[in-house]
Amino acid sequence: MKNFMRYYGKRVLYMLLTLFLIASITFFLMNLLPGTPFTNEDKLSEAQLLIMQEQYGLNDPVIVQYFRYMGGLLTGNLGVSFQFDNTPVTELLASRVGPSLQIGFQAVILGTFLGIILGVIAAMKQNSWADTLATFMAILGRSIPNFVFAVLLQLVFAVQLQWFPIALWDDGFSYSVLPTIALAIAPLADSARFIRTEMVDVLGSDYIELARAKGLSRWAVAFKHGVRNALIPLITLIGPMAVALMTGSMVVESIYAIPGIGEQFIKSIQSNDYPTIMGVTLLYSTMLVVIILIVDMLYGLIDPRIRISSKGGK
Amino acid sequence: MKSNKLMQKIGIALTSVLLLSACGNESSGNASSDGAQDKQVLKLIETAEIPTMDSAITTDASSFNVLNNVNEGLYRQGPENNLVLGMAAEEPAVSEDGMTYTFNIKEEAVWSNGDPVTANDFVFAWQRLSDPETASEYSYMIDGVVKNASAILVGDKEPSELGAKAIDDKTLEVQLEKPVPYFKDLLTLPMFLPQNEAYVTELGSDYASNSDSLLYNGPFELTEWDGTGLKWTMVKSDSYWDAETVQLDQIDVNVVKETSTALNLYNAGDVDRMRMTGEYVTTKLGDPELLTEPTSSVFFFKFNQERNGEKTALANENIRKAVAMSFDKQGFTDTILQNGSVPANGLVPEGLAFGPESNEDYRAENGDLLSYAPEEALEYWEAGLEELGTDSITLEMLGDDTENSKRSLEYMQAQLESNLPGLTINLRNVPFKVRLASSSAQDYDIQLSGWGADYADPINFLEMFQSGNPNNQSGFSNEEYDALIESAQSNVDDLDARWQDLLEAEQLLMETAGIAPIYQRSYAVLEKPYVEGIAAHLTGADYSYKWAFIDNDE
Repeated sequence: MKNFMRYYGKRVLYMLLTLFLIASITFFLMNLLPGTPFTNEDKLSEAQLLIMQEQYGLNDPVIVQYFRYMGGLLTGNLGVSFQFDNTPVTELLASRVGPSLQIGFQAVILGTFLGIILGVIAAMKQNSWADTLATFMAILGRSIPNFVFAVLLQLVFAVQLQWFPIALWDDGFSYSVLPTIALAIAPLADSARFIRTEMVDVLGSDYIELARAKGLSRWAVAFKHGVRNALIPLITLIGPMAVALMTGSMVVESIYAIPGIGEQFIKSIQSNDYPTIMGVTLLYSTMLVVIILIVDMLYGLIDPRIRISSKGGK
Repeated sequence: MKSNKLMQKIGIALTSVLLLSACGNESSGNASSDGAQDKQVLKLIETAEIPTMDSAITTDASSFNVLNNVNEGLYRQGPENNLVLGMAAEEPAVSEDGMTYTFNIKEEAVWSNGDPVTANDFVFAWQRLSDPETASEYSYMIDGVVKNASAILVGDKEPSELGAKAIDDKTLEVQLEKPVPYFKDLLTLPMFLPQNEAYVTELGSDYASNSDSLLYNGPFELTEWDGTGLKWTMVKSDSYWDAETVQLDQIDVNVVKETSTALNLYNAGDVDRMRMTGEYVTTKLGDPELLTEPTSSVFFFKFNQERNGEKTALANENIRKAVAMSFDKQGFTDTILQNGSVPANGLVPEGLAFGPESNEDYRAENGDLLSYAPEEALEYWEAGLEELGTDSITLEMLGDDTENSKRSLEYMQAQLESNLPGLTINLRNVPFKVRLASSSAQDYDIQLSGWGADYADPINFLEMFQSGNPNNQSGFSNEEYDALIESAQSNVDDLDARWQDLLEAEQLLMETAGIAPIYQRSYAVLEKPYVEGIAAHLTGADYSYKWAFIDNDE
């Protein structure tokens, strides 16, 4: 237990250090962007630009701005957005992150679940038509960009069949169905491919032979031993992918007119909205380091060979 | 035989699916117009969120559109883009020198909380606009117009010293810095809207952060806007002084950024009106619902005459003329833009301003000043090359890195290089912000640039190329031109003479090919046949819905 505490204490410390470095590097890189955050920049005179910049503290040396920002960060103040005048970045993120999280989460669950099933079937029925089909779908899902799926799904299931709304975001699960499926294609393809490869590997190993020799059925062995072992590399893959999906996809959000966070990130960079760039970057990286930590913890749960005690203890 | 039957079955199934979905379309369309019989509802699309509803600091099209319909200034733009009285009870009394305007505000004008609209609401809003602490990006609209605004903007005077005073509750006296011929046009714009001082002060930084933290004095009231969201609604205001003119009960607005999605929503009857981009227009050609909506934005080539302290080849007038006449504008709007935009042969857009006596469109009066004429261009080109003592010139053409801009520049490159032997054009497509930086550093040769009118007067376009104007950024300088502009900037005594000056200024700019006009932008718009009376404007907000209605007979 002591080992455990010491190990995770250290991990959290490293996480904070990572976040600090990301914030610092982003801050200085971002200041290299040409232009100003003012939308009307091309019509402003030099004198007015100076007044505006003075007002927002943009005339101060970058290092002064940096310490001011970091100071604010310690008190949880992420600044005020330029695109949405007067709106604190925390408020903007809070109002936008919900739909992205929901769709991303649904997509990861759906995609991974179907992917695992597809991968297991492919591995169990190696070189059969099911295998070919699963591989084909995986390649298709990986190589066709998700905005093509998004547009196709919209055309077929909303415009033609009218099963779901075309776009927009209202209360009700139905608005999230098509965007979820569009986003789920990538995790589905990836996990199917991974599970198949891993399963084929695992199924050929000695302990599976042993389990089979003990009289367990093929499918029981596959699920009890095969899937469990194949999950480890998959989790490494799914973790960061979940973060990417939950922080929003610009195209999918744009096609379905969803008030998510994905598009805000791109737009904040294009419009030099410094506080929002920082806010979204920090949100993204925090989620990423937390997920990585969780993934590491999950390793231990899934595979007893990778427990910390055996790592830390000599 | 068997497979034939199968095919038949599939065919029937597919057909019925298509039919069913077509029926669905039909019925949803009917439902919306049926519902409209008791309730007039207009369903619209915006392509961007509302960044803020604070009229002193906002700059974008979405918020302008809402502000113009939920609030009202002293004037508003009418259905024909004419000036109509808004909060002003009648035309103001203007002093002899044209420097003092006295407005009476309508007795019956009230805010949505019941407070009367007072002279102080205007004074307060305009002081906020000029206060450097507000950091308004549109403060330049009041700069040099209302007395002391310039000094207040740079912090030399207090906002309370602004030349706008409330004589009593309903009497507003405005003193100007100098006579401003287009002053009344300015008063239709969102930054000159009134704000209720007690309310704004009470809410502090929460003011205008959502639809519940705003007051309205216009034809509609904003509801269901959460401050950053993708939808909002405008409902008819009962407290508006002219409420009986307003026929729409409700306007639903959704933000849809993707044109293909908007088109699907339009086809399904979920949306009554939308703008389209070029590639989608071709799919709707010949459709009676496809309309063209002109804008005041004119696009042109800026010719940089001095780069890095050295004169460029474009400092030579013959070279400039040659370039300006060597690209086919009609071909450009027809094949590249495809959205109804029209070739421009002058700087001032069509439909913007009309002569004080002739009442004729500025564009019609000045006509085509700099058109496509490849043979003439070749003569200028050869003369220019001879004057420069060279037989080849390389120029860099600067533009945005959008798909549209890239295609535009490629077209221009091909046109210019084929019409002018010895000319090499290198393209540089950069992000918008980088282009602006290159422009202000005069680090380019030719630049694809554009300007949209801030207010309805030709001076707004022409003064850009006055020597020393911050927007000039091209080294164009002509004493005669400067004199004409200067006189037109403040001449209110003889509006006809001023008009002549303005006409002459553009002629001069075109004769010397200081810039090369390319096109005036239009939007391709889809509008359901039952939508009537939406007023589209060239300056300020794009639309007024005060006179719009749903025609149930369509």
